[in-house]
Amino acid sequence: MYFGLSEEQESFQESLDKFLEDAAPLDLIQSYAHGENTSLPTDVHNGLIELGINSLIIPEEYGGLGLDLLFAAATSQSLGAGIAPAPFTGSYVMAPLALIKAGSDTQKSKYLEAIGEANIHFGVGISEYIGARDDAGINIDGDKANGRALFVLDASEATHYLLADKNGTFCIVKSDDPGLTKIPLTTVDKTCGVQELLLQDCEAEILEGSIGDNTAIQTVIDAGRIMIAADSLGAAAIMIKKSVAYAKERKQFGRAIGSFQAVKHMCAQMAADLEPCYAMVWYAAHCQNNIPEEATLMACHAKAHVSEVATAVAKTATEVHGGMGFTELLGLHYWFKRIGLNRQILGGPELVREEAATIQNF
Amino acid sequence: MNLDYGPEYEEFRKQVKDFCKKYQGLVFSDSYGPRLGGDKKSENSNGLTMTRSEWQRILIERGYFAREIPKEYGGYGGTIDFLKNKIINSEFSEAGVPAATRGQGTDYLVPTLLEMGTEEQKQKYIKPTLHFEMIWCQGYSEPNSGSDLASLQTKGVMDGDSWVINGQKIWTSTAKYAHMMFCLVRTEPDAPKHKGISYLLIPMDTPGIEIRPLVDMTLNAGFNEVFFTDVRIPAGNIVGERGQGWLVANKTLVHERGSLGDPTVIVNRMNQLIGLMKTETLDGTRIIDKPVFRDRVMKIQGRVMAFQNHGLRLLSARLNNRKDAMFGVMILKLIGTELRHELEGLAIDVMGELGTLYEDSPNLRDNGSWQFAYMMYLGLIIGGGTSQIQRNIIAERGLGLPKAPKIKEA
Repeated sequence: MYFGLSEEQESFQESLDKFLEDAAPLDLIQSYAHGENTSLPTDVHNGLIELGINSLIIPEEYGGLGLDLLFAAATSQSLGAGIAPAPFTGSYVMAPLALIKAGSDTQKSKYLEAIGEANIHFGVGISEYIGARDDAGINIDGDKANGRALFVLDASEATHYLLADKNGTFCIVKSDDPGLTKIPLTTVDKTCGVQELLLQDCEAEILEGSIGDNTAIQTVIDAGRIMIAADSLGAAAIMIKKSVAYAKERKQFGRAIGSFQAVKHMCAQMAADLEPCYAMVWYAAHCQNNIPEEATLMACHAKAHVSEVATAVAKTATEVHGGMGFTELLGLHYWFKRIGLNRQILGGPELVREEAATIQNF
Repeated sequence: MNLDYGPEYEEFRKQVKDFCKKYQGLVFSDSYGPRLGGDKKSENSNGLTMTRSEWQRILIERGYFAREIPKEYGGYGGTIDFLKNKIINSEFSEAGVPAATRGQGTDYLVPTLLEMGTEEQKQKYIKPTLHFEMIWCQGYSEPNSGSDLASLQTKGVMDGDSWVINGQKIWTSTAKYAHMMFCLVRTEPDAPKHKGISYLLIPMDTPGIEIRPLVDMTLNAGFNEVFFTDVRIPAGNIVGERGQGWLVANKTLVHERGSLGDPTVIVNRMNQLIGLMKTETLDGTRIIDKPVFRDRVMKIQGRVMAFQNHGLRLLSARLNNRKDAMFGVMILKLIGTELRHELEGLAIDVMGELGTLYEDSPNLRDNGSWQFAYMMYLGLIIGGGTSQIQRNIIAERGLGLPKAPKIKEA
């Protein structure tokens, strides 16, 4: 019996951490956020592809690494810790998983291999399946798709989009389709590229396995939620680390502020609340490949619980840093905002908990 | 990640399951201390009764209790096997078969004696303690020494071949039943406070000991005050050297903090809460169908699951000798007791006005166990190192934050 990340998973995290430290240190992320250094996301994305994040979960028969979702979650943790301004959850977990679960053999070899070779990148828009805002949503009729996808993830560099209608049917739409209008959205989090899509008679390639069967989309959402939870976990861990370091170094009243119990206890509470989240995210990810009967419940709870803890950490860590925590100069807010975005993606805590109750037949 | 225990353990699990089936509905013929929510009278009792010490003997013979304690001291004499312990805990708890009766003697004194006791002390005390023939109480806290335990003032003076003890202890649970107390006593008044304490073993029937029950907010006399007036015990009733008591006691505190937040128990309690929410109704609607309550219980369920998964991680860290989970152990008491207190509080809210019923009131639910445990866990948040002390430990030992500067004594 062994519960935890393997040596391979941990050493992959180290490679990612090292790469992100070099390629996307905070000052570069800040200058990108201020409109300079515009190639940063592409550079980081390319570097991460060299490390293999695009082929992690693609089966070996399609040229991928054939790894499980625990490996992907470990990856996501590092990307959150480094607030990587690059696609992952949508492009390299949800999209390939949708193809694996619902694609035809032809689609699998065509798209999975192309993702693995970094020839194509998917943006993913399935928010309306989970819950539509502004009556958004797409209709797929034969090989045409119409409508509006309001919150498409990993969209900035997408060559293709994986979209879903209200029934959970997946279709692929090409980014250069003449009927497609792409509207970049500005969120608080400048590290993530989100778009709204308007579709007018776009060519839609349906994933046959998802017609009249929502098991594929459920699997994709479960996996996506765990990745997002892992991303927040990584981000929150860094916020705690920074808070502890700051509390040791910053002096007021002639003492390190970390020697005051008011500050010390804030740090202790953050760390104590976050610690069980590691096990929860890993277990939830493990369930996806190994304990299917717990997969959806664990994904819901991991998403909701980690979001709650990370949100509290984000607030408390900012307070530990005092006025500096509030500034762009220190830049702590990039992690704060990443956690804030993650909290809402693929269902906020209340929505996801309601789902958790429903699947238990409560 | 590999959560398989392997075929050897599945075979063991089967044995434990069969054993539990055989003893389902077991009722003890003797009582011991206040039970959570009153003694659970098993309705599906199949008439099986025995004393606690008979039950201990059976459990030890099967290796279901005191597994890793050597045979010569009355244990099973097996090797440490965390997976087997885990299987035993979860199967017993699932089948509702009573676990071994544990207390301060089995959990804190026995490990301490194994580590620091003389051969004679091990021979004399461990076996009867494991077999529930010798009950212990812990004499640590004093009225003026709570969180600052090392400032304790109960005095021990060597007189001929005896220690003579004077002073007072408080929060002494099970003192009424106990045959023996392991006690911290200041024996070296001139030494610095941590170095002037000895760890003494005091027979509770020694003349000069007075026990006064201390009624707690649950209305149980779960605690006591113990007064010592010229209490004489043999000089040899000391564990470790004179002045080493703080060191010896810290060994037991480690055992204590590790045992307070067992994740398996809270999972069962949460399932009970969900059961309650399915049966309790308001205007004919089940509470679990009310969105606000539904959200609250799902929030708690998420936290319980995280805690449960965390337990697996710690189990694995022990199995695989990984030191990186040490921090994970430090948080158990803080997170476990606070979570449990909130869980019990939610159950009271679920019942509303009826949630306030207590003792033997009409319309009482579940023996009043929710109110009892709600209060009990508040006690546990405070006892054994308050949540604030836990946060100090987590921050200072876990995160390396500086201690508060010492204030010069006036």
